[in-house]
Amino acid sequence: MTNDDKTCVIVGASHAGVNCSFALRREGWKGNILLIDADPHLPYHRPPLSKSFLKNADHIDHYALKPLESYQRENITLQLGRKVIQIDRENRVIVIEGNDQMKYDQLVLATGASAIIPYIPGLLSSDCCFAMRTAEDAFHIKAMVENKSLPKVVVIGGGYIGLEIAASLKHLGAEITVLEKEDRILSRVTSPYISDFFMQLHGANGVNIETQKNVIEVETFEGDSNVKCEDGSSYEADVIIIGVGIQVNATLAEQSGLASRDGIVVDTSCRTSDEHIYAVGDCTRHYNPYYKEELRLECVQNAVDQAKVAAANICGIVLRYDAVPWFWSDQYDVKLQIAGLSKGYDEVMIRMEQGENRKCSAWYFKDHRLLAVDAINNAKAYVMGTKAIKSGLTIDKEKLKDATIPIKEAFSR
Amino acid sequence: MAKITFITRDGESKTVEGHSGSVMELAVQNHIQGIDGDCGGVCSCATCHVHLSPEDMEKLGQPSEIEADMLELEDNVSSYSRLSCQLDVSDELDGMTLKVAN
Repeated sequence: MTNDDKTCVIVGASHAGVNCSFALRREGWKGNILLIDADPHLPYHRPPLSKSFLKNADHIDHYALKPLESYQRENITLQLGRKVIQIDRENRVIVIEGNDQMKYDQLVLATGASAIIPYIPGLLSSDCCFAMRTAEDAFHIKAMVENKSLPKVVVIGGGYIGLEIAASLKHLGAEITVLEKEDRILSRVTSPYISDFFMQLHGANGVNIETQKNVIEVETFEGDSNVKCEDGSSYEADVIIIGVGIQVNATLAEQSGLASRDGIVVDTSCRTSDEHIYAVGDCTRHYNPYYKEELRLECVQNAVDQAKVAAANICGIVLRYDAVPWFWSDQYDVKLQIAGLSKGYDEVMIRMEQGENRKCSAWYFKDHRLLAVDAINNAKAYVMGTKAIKSGLTIDKEKLKDATIPIKEAFSR
Repeated sequence: MAKITFITRDGESKTVEGHSGSVMELAVQNHIQGIDGDCGGVCSCATCHVHLSPEDMEKLGQPSEIEADMLELEDNVSSYSRLSCQLDVSDELDGMTLKVAN
């Protein structure tokens, strides 16, 4: 296949888009590659935004996915600070803000997701409310916290992002309260045991976590904000962080008539309902063969893996998406690694390692099949979990539960 | 300052110079094929796997527990395997040759 005079346009230059552009070259795409994003910064790793970038004084370019020279070397045209506003599928053209048009032969949508800003009266007008999705968000949060001595921070939402931000800002000396609507933190993503683990971890580090707190209003008077909850309690805030989840950026796709169901629908080659358009990363709804269902994932793993699949298929190489999802979260000195998806489990087993502070793992099963593992300071459990999910190893649950027996001995072919 | 030579899977050899940061970062900055560093260098993805010579392995020491465990995700792990995100660029590494595992 010759593609020398063809153009592949990639919309979105984060993990998925950037990896896709480089993978295209590796797979033999000789034509033009145009990588475009509304974010003006050299594409960066996103996970550190709530972790090390927030804690340290590093420049954002320290977290660049690739140095600028790599794009030049691979002849990938980066167009940053430019927003794509329309796809004209009939003429295979994208329209960029300012009415610039660009023709494509292949188009990749790597548009990611945006933070949900819930409707709470007074929230936006408080002038101290931030979500965390982009480098710009992180700059603002950092500046607000650093400009004040003993700033009071209220985090709305006890999910991974909210908790990571809490841990990082605690490091900067802020006084932090996390307000969670449900009766436990991380309720959507993990078991009560792990929720409790993180609850205690944050408590020990001086972060105040309040559950069953439904925020209904933010009142601001002479620059001082108060976050008010349904139960009548209220919390003073110099900074309010919103961490209640994301919504996919699928508007471009939807307006052009591509199939979308809370995520741009793609097949196992990452192709959308238009044969010239692919979609990769957080913005996709895709089939996962391990869980035998359509999923939408918010993680680096999926972004990178789908990017490679799309690139190969664009270059005429048949490659199917077939990956076990994995995630990680770093809070204080604790490393959580997750293999698989625990959703729908009917049994959870906890393994506490002997004598080692906080080293444990939670194993999720459905009908005795391993769905996922949450491994805390325990890469061995993470690795064994990954292998077991991938290759269907047989698990002896009695051995797995017994921390006097090495974890490996619980697994057999 | 350290001059480090990377040999990629297709046999290409490239010597690069680094002053700080991790060996993974140095490799990514210099487009070394096979070093991805998907997790950004926090020992979470095992996509920066290199093989050292036995002498260099002895000099730099064994991987930490978490690094050793993560290496087990890799198929071609050996007793001279390291994750390059866990190796800091320093004078000690000057002149070393690292074989990229993937």
